[in-house]
Amino acid sequence: MGGIPLLLNELWFVLIAVLFIGFFFLEGFDFGVGMSTGLIAKTDRERRTLINSIGPFWDGNEVWLLTAGGAMFAAFPHWYATLFSGFYLPLVVVLLLLIGRGVAFEFRSKMKQQRWRKTWDVIILVASALLPFLFGVVFATLMKGLPIDDQMQMHAGFLDIVNPYTVVGGLSVTLLCLVHGLLFASLRTVGELRERALQMAQKLMVPLAVVLVLYAVLTYLMTDVFAVRGWALWIMAALGAAAFALAAYFIRQKREGWAFGMTGAVIAIAFASVFIGLFPRVMVSSLGSTFDLTVYNASSGPYSLKVMTIVACTLLPFVLGYQIWSYYIFRKRLNEQHHLEY
Amino acid sequence: MDPIMLSRIQYALTTIFHFFFVPLSIGLVLLVAIMETLYVAKGKEIYKTMAKFWGKLFLINFAVGVVTGILQEFQFGMNWSEYSRFVGDVFGAPLAIEALLAFFMESTFIGLWIFGWDRLSKKVHLACIWLVFIGTFLSALWILAANSFMQHPVGFAMNNGRAEMNDFFALITNGQLLVEFPHTIFGALMTGAFVVTGISAYKLMKKKDVEVFRRSFNIAVIVGLVSSLGVAFSGHFQAQYLVETQPMKMAASEGTWTTTEDPAPWTVIASIDPEKQENSGEIKIPGLLSYLSYSKFSGSVKGMKELNAEYQQTYGPGDYIPPVRTTFWSFRVMIAAGGLMILLAMYGTYLAWRKKLEAAKPWFMRLMVFAISLPFIANTAGWIMTEVGRQPWTVFGYMTTEAGVSPNVSAGMILFSTIAFTAAYTVLGIVMVYLFVRKIKAGPYAVDKSEEEDESADPFGMDGGYSVVTK
Repeated sequence: MGGIPLLLNELWFVLIAVLFIGFFFLEGFDFGVGMSTGLIAKTDRERRTLINSIGPFWDGNEVWLLTAGGAMFAAFPHWYATLFSGFYLPLVVVLLLLIGRGVAFEFRSKMKQQRWRKTWDVIILVASALLPFLFGVVFATLMKGLPIDDQMQMHAGFLDIVNPYTVVGGLSVTLLCLVHGLLFASLRTVGELRERALQMAQKLMVPLAVVLVLYAVLTYLMTDVFAVRGWALWIMAALGAAAFALAAYFIRQKREGWAFGMTGAVIAIAFASVFIGLFPRVMVSSLGSTFDLTVYNASSGPYSLKVMTIVACTLLPFVLGYQIWSYYIFRKRLNEQHHLEY
Repeated sequence: MDPIMLSRIQYALTTIFHFFFVPLSIGLVLLVAIMETLYVAKGKEIYKTMAKFWGKLFLINFAVGVVTGILQEFQFGMNWSEYSRFVGDVFGAPLAIEALLAFFMESTFIGLWIFGWDRLSKKVHLACIWLVFIGTFLSALWILAANSFMQHPVGFAMNNGRAEMNDFFALITNGQLLVEFPHTIFGALMTGAFVVTGISAYKLMKKKDVEVFRRSFNIAVIVGLVSSLGVAFSGHFQAQYLVETQPMKMAASEGTWTTTEDPAPWTVIASIDPEKQENSGEIKIPGLLSYLSYSKFSGSVKGMKELNAEYQQTYGPGDYIPPVRTTFWSFRVMIAAGGLMILLAMYGTYLAWRKKLEAAKPWFMRLMVFAISLPFIANTAGWIMTEVGRQPWTVFGYMTTEAGVSPNVSAGMILFSTIAFTAAYTVLGIVMVYLFVRKIKAGPYAVDKSEEEDESADPFGMDGGYSVVTK
């Protein structure tokens, strides 16, 4: 009996990791499509087609983040409290961007005036680029460690959060989302837009490879995760490299479905590595490992975890089921030459 | 200013703003679902037109509700981290379940509803809007389960200075939840109903699209009557529960300083002096407070002075009297607005039933337009009474609001975020009202010219994206 509650702590760590990975896989492509509106769309109609391609999905994708936050609150209240209060100002910016981006999708086409459209388009563009950047920065700081004291309070200064390591982390996530989103756009459109999306994705593969390798090297040098996890992280790195190579191959072959799957795999592997590297810690203290927050000292009680486990296991199949069904319903490509079918 | 005051201001502002949109979303989606059901059942195009028109307003409103809701979730960790540490074990669970059970459902099926008019069969499409309604309903249930815990903590034990859940069933059958949920849901349905009747009344006065708006008015006014009566009855039960579990809030909302005589009179208005702890210029109705509190015309109600002395015995020295004026007046504003809505809904239903709507006197129609503001006033006042009346507690009897604030967040940071969010919300509010007015003016049959020239129908477009523009 004694061993079972302990396993629940690990299980919830895995579940939260899965929620974040799901969030970056899914919202990653809609961030990327948001960014691509500024790169490959030449006309208002093309921008519209791109936004239409994520129309039915982006809201549901964002719920993965909300659920991750809620699960963190419930399963690891100290993680939630330390993280959210410690990253106060970056999170204010994240919230403003999420708010702006969310209503921009709804508001942009409600009026015809150029200035109105432009304003909301700029918000979509800026928010879609900055959000993955900020998330990348925050996850990089989690690996590097933050000044967390014996009261589990984090007092981070500007340089704790913004430094070369975290900026490279932010850039990696942003570029990764961009390529992922371009492939999603090429998957959901036809004709010239599809071509341009593929070409742009192909062009970005080299810079993306550079930042990803740089980030991996910096992680090896500046964090302890390779030392702590050893071979597990080397395997993840190898898997990531393989998925990346396959993505490049499939882009060349113009098989955007497979390519999209592979960039998704790169995202999943990258964030899985973050969580593997952290475990059993949820937040690394730069003031000493005794102040680390772990899945044990930051968690809720066993009863709470048990209730939540039952609820989650009951509901998840349904949630996944109808989300997959929704993607199936909207599986057709958007043809902006004719009329969009919906 | 100190961080506690600023965090309180920020919480109040963002929550009140968020709660303008949530009840309207719940109320509107039910009406849209009813209209689409009539369309599927009767096959009349007019019901489809109605569902689409009100659906457009719902979507604009829903978007603002969603984005302001994200902030609500983040805020606990950002501004109230000590609170989050203290109750995360209990309070986090309903929040997580809300996301898992309700948010995914709402967001997925709203996407299917907006974009699926031509992809899904009529019945499946109809099922989508009902699932969105169920999603909003469940969302309200879980968030109120969390709130009820703050009002009336149950199902937990104190462990290492933290509240730890030990009875999930107690949490979701919390007596507070059982009285709070119906009251809030009826309030939400009433909000949707009065917005629809108000806009319809305006259009009927202008004699625009009479057929659409008469039918809309008729459906909404019935929902309005049922829900406003539901609000009143459930409110009565809530008051009785309040007397038992949070007598201080009841005493404050009545401005009762000393324990009343038996039977207790209800104070209609009074001038309250919290310094001297006494009232002047009171107008009272004999026996009514006893009835509100116990459903009978006898029994006295405890006053704040006595309760404060009792609380000091239990919780140690301190002042346990909430801001009395705010609690007292918000209660009266809520009741006045609610009472007026019941009367309007009754008369409106009478007119609709006797088919006298078009012959209705202009004063009534104008009053219905004005009445759009009433549910928002009542909802806001109700929450102010509930949350301010609970002070100084954030978790009643266990944690004060002051103790819940984040120790590592400075006043400057909170001031910055408060200004940023207030500015963002102001813009949102203005844009939303502007878009609402535009849509209402354009009416249900508005076909935008740009949309006809355009070969691609835009799901986020002027028409909300349901029309297939065929060439």
